[in-house]
Amino acid sequence: MSTLNELTLAGAISGMKNKDFSSRELTQTHLDAIADADALNAFLVTTKEAALNMADASDVRRARGDVGPLDGIPLGIKDLFCTKGTRTTAGSKILGEFTPTYESTVSANLWRDGAVMLGKLNMDEFAMGSSNENSAFGPVVNPWRAKGKTQKLVPGGSSGGSAAAVTAGLCLGATATDTGGSIRQPASFTGTVGIKPTYGRCSRWGIVAFASSLDQAGPITRTVKDAAIMLGSMAGYDPKDSTSIKAEVPDFAASCTRSLKGLRIGVPKEYRVEGMPAEIEKLWADGMNWLRAEGCEIVDVSLPHTKYALPAYYIIAPAEASSNLARYDGMRYGVRVDGTDLTETYEKSRGQGFGEEVRRRIMIGAYVLSAGFYDAYYIRAQKVRARIAEDFKNVFERCDALLTPTAPSAAFGIGSRLNDPVQMYLNDIFTVTANLAGLPGISVPAALDSSGLPLGLQVIGKALDEETCFAIGGALERAADFNAKPDKWW
Amino acid sequence: MSVDAKTVRKIAHLARIEVAEERLAPLADELNGILHWIEQLNEVDVEGIAPMASVEDVSTPVRKDVVSIDNTREDVLANAPRTEEGFFVMPKAVE
Amino acid sequence: MFTAERVADKSDWITTDTGDWEIIIGLEIHAQVASEAKLFSGAPTQYGAEPNTQVTLVDAAMPGMLPVLNEYCVEQAVRTGMGMKAQINSFSRFDRKNYFYPDLPQGYQISQLYHPIVGEGKMLVELDEGESITVGIERLHLEQDAGKSIHDLDPNSTYVDLNRCGVALMEIVSKPDMRSSREAAAYVRKLRALVRYLGTCDGDMEKGNLRADVNVSVRRPGGELGTRCEIKNLNSMRFIQQAIEYEARRQIEILENGGEIDQETRLYNTDTGETRTMRSKEDAHDYRYFPDPDLLPVKLSEQWLAAIKADLPELPDEKKARFVSDYGLSDYDASVLVSDREKAAYYEEVAEGNDKKLAANWLLNEVFGKLNKENVDILDSPVSAVANRAIVGMISDKTISGKIAKQVFEICWEDGGDPAGIVEERGLKQVTDTGAIEAMIDEIITANPDQAAKVRDKPKTLGWFVGQVMQVSKGKANPQAVNEILRKKLLD
Ligand SMILES: [Mg+2]
Ligand SMILES: [Zn+2]
Repeated sequence: MSTLNELTLAGAISGMKNKDFSSRELTQTHLDAIADADALNAFLVTTKEAALNMADASDVRRARGDVGPLDGIPLGIKDLFCTKGTRTTAGSKILGEFTPTYESTVSANLWRDGAVMLGKLNMDEFAMGSSNENSAFGPVVNPWRAKGKTQKLVPGGSSGGSAAAVTAGLCLGATATDTGGSIRQPASFTGTVGIKPTYGRCSRWGIVAFASSLDQAGPITRTVKDAAIMLGSMAGYDPKDSTSIKAEVPDFAASCTRSLKGLRIGVPKEYRVEGMPAEIEKLWADGMNWLRAEGCEIVDVSLPHTKYALPAYYIIAPAEASSNLARYDGMRYGVRVDGTDLTETYEKSRGQGFGEEVRRRIMIGAYVLSAGFYDAYYIRAQKVRARIAEDFKNVFERCDALLTPTAPSAAFGIGSRLNDPVQMYLNDIFTVTANLAGLPGISVPAALDSSGLPLGLQVIGKALDEETCFAIGGALERAADFNAKPDKWW
Repeated sequence: MSVDAKTVRKIAHLARIEVAEERLAPLADELNGILHWIEQLNEVDVEGIAPMASVEDVSTPVRKDVVSIDNTREDVLANAPRTEEGFFVMPKAVE
Repeated sequence: MFTAERVADKSDWITTDTGDWEIIIGLEIHAQVASEAKLFSGAPTQYGAEPNTQVTLVDAAMPGMLPVLNEYCVEQAVRTGMGMKAQINSFSRFDRKNYFYPDLPQGYQISQLYHPIVGEGKMLVELDEGESITVGIERLHLEQDAGKSIHDLDPNSTYVDLNRCGVALMEIVSKPDMRSSREAAAYVRKLRALVRYLGTCDGDMEKGNLRADVNVSVRRPGGELGTRCEIKNLNSMRFIQQAIEYEARRQIEILENGGEIDQETRLYNTDTGETRTMRSKEDAHDYRYFPDPDLLPVKLSEQWLAAIKADLPELPDEKKARFVSDYGLSDYDASVLVSDREKAAYYEEVAEGNDKKLAANWLLNEVFGKLNKENVDILDSPVSAVANRAIVGMISDKTISGKIAKQVFEICWEDGGDPAGIVEERGLKQVTDTGAIEAMIDEIITANPDQAAKVRDKPKTLGWFVGQVMQVSKGKANPQAVNEILRKKLLD
């Protein structure tokens, strides 16, 4: 029974179907694993009692023969998703003991399909970060360590808690969100699969907003198929979100084994950035070969404005965030630090409630929107965004999907990159373009580097074509035959 | 363009974020570092291109003019630091 | 379109020791859309509910909550724009206006700055004396109302009720085309009439459902424009006029003492009739407007717009033109009758099947006078339009005289009842039988020989006999017949 948490999500589904074990057993195993993993700091809240109740209810349903696609599957929920009756913090002090009276659409969809909630996962505060070091609850520690080393590594961010929990066997899958790479980069750092679907695929209702025009929810799992199954439940049109797309949710799981014969895969030359480790360069080339072997044609393409994606993102995202985070004023919820008057109360509550990076981004955002700078910064960034989207549109006339590395490096040491924000921002250099253009992107673990740390490859697809991403991701996964696991040290 | 301590104080006030006096200058340096990096956008030719606010190209969906409220006042006030007789209570605001 | 060159009517100039001044006025009207639900949520909009009971999680800006646009509000904004003969923008978008205040839970108001739903237009505004001016409309945009901050429940705290928060407002911005408080009031009256005709806003100023921000500056007649001040949130016609008058004089006094006007936002104190600084330009907000990323642009199809247009009711200007051309009413009478949707509808009901001019005169001289005197709203008039129609009909066919009609109206007002029945029961029918009138007259002449002699000498005193006949006949003798017979007997 102790290995129940090493199953894939799909494996657990068939195990329960075959009556090999119950959801209660599966859930209990994961609760035990969580209790044993304090050193990772992945879970902020474990909803033990609720989890077992949900598991029991699932077992009752199963006995009745009335099960949903995720029935009995224990999942972790990023603490950006509002969960009814369970504290939701967005990784911030400012929300205090905020306990929603409502459930986010995405998590509600998972419960509708029978899943079991284990608890809430640590993250960078308000999803701002690439290392999980910006959490008000302390950094998440990556279960992976370099060979023979004990240095603590970051799991990536902002969905670092989700990625660490999945790789450490604390849950079979986790919800995550991605505004500039926050699903895919941690997936790459932890040897897990993460997909950011097309903007609008998953409802944003009930997810604490970071940058509304870029935020998308998606799953982090151990396999491509698991991600497909989970996304199938998370996705869907929601009339409560005006940016939700009215489109049928296809059978993502079925697309994972689809033939790739005849697909044209673009390789953008601008992703060959200066200083990229040779190992990543090599992995990328391996990826191309694996896809050639599947009958794909690899074509060189150009996305000329790639270099400007991150700077544009660091105008648009902070601008939206500065406004989205204005509601944290200590009046209706969250922490209030009283001052002598209203303005001082606002300034103290927000000054003390938000962490350093969040304060920094709010101020950048306020600045680029302020009188006299709006056109020079914000409008220009939106025009550059249009150029980037145009690049993709042009490229997708010539190919079906793009293959790139997910991140420019493997996981790095906690504390090693804290003093240079711009260096930290560069983590998202390969992922952020998909957010700006609203396109789906999947990260699949493809190799270990020479120090034994996982590296991921990214597939970017056309809008609403997650199926091709899953198909290519599935092929990469099979070819890479990546089944390394971190040694348990925690 | 670059920001000085005075500008930082102004932005901090706009954003209602308390910044200690001695943090203003270092913060200006940090912000300038980021802004300087951002300014490479000035290299991009954006002549004749429309600013892109959203990746979707449809009209915003609409709802019917029908009252639908499924939460109670208790839900609305549940997390408030201070309430009184159904009101939210804040420190005195006078303008 | 700004008509800066228009100089105020001389009678509107303010004359001081240093010479003449004129006032330049522009208005921003906030008109609450008469919708059931709020602009971006399903919360009800009803007035006067218990605090925070008409608040969804969206209105309270709970984390992760998102706006969805109320289609009806868009339609009402478009209809109002069409009523103002304004440009309807088939592409518009919502922007966020960012500032912190306790009654603004999101920390921003969703409004429309860069692409309003309605652009420029024009309104013909009738003034009291039958003259009119044209006021340019700059724009109309949709936005959310804020909640209510109550500062006097506790000395140290502000109490916040979000019931109004998120209710749809149409902000209608005029060009600075008004030159006096009476012009400003006439504009507000006209706009109020228009939205009430359209049913897009109930126009209830007391409840704050229609309120005005007034921009005032002064200049030498026809001279350089001065610096303006904005007076916020005026919710009665009287306050609008008083605030303008006070503010203009305040500015003139400063200028005459060699001072300068600070561009600022001011508040009007309804107790003292004065305005005071709310905030100056220096600490003006920097609202950091940008497109709301939670919403997509509003794109209106030509087809949809055409359907809305085809469905518009007849509006005051068209109605007035019809009353003049088809009914032969004077311009002035017609504009009074159309000044209010209820009045116009009432008139049309009274005029149905009757002489239109007679019906108009009857309403304007008798009915509206009485309603005014008793301070009764036309919708609450104890004498219905149908009853008035009957009265006018009886005047028309000479069943009763105008004088009796007034009597019948009074009876209806006091006791109710049907006018024809009243006339019948009380024997108020006009006596048109010339024989009977002649007999009455003969009797009176015989009884008053001196008076008869006097009339022959001074024909103008004939009225005395008319009065006598009316008295004897209890007002029922047909005045025309009385006159004719008297003339024949005494003057021929
Ligand atoms: Mg205004
Ligand atoms: Zn307004």
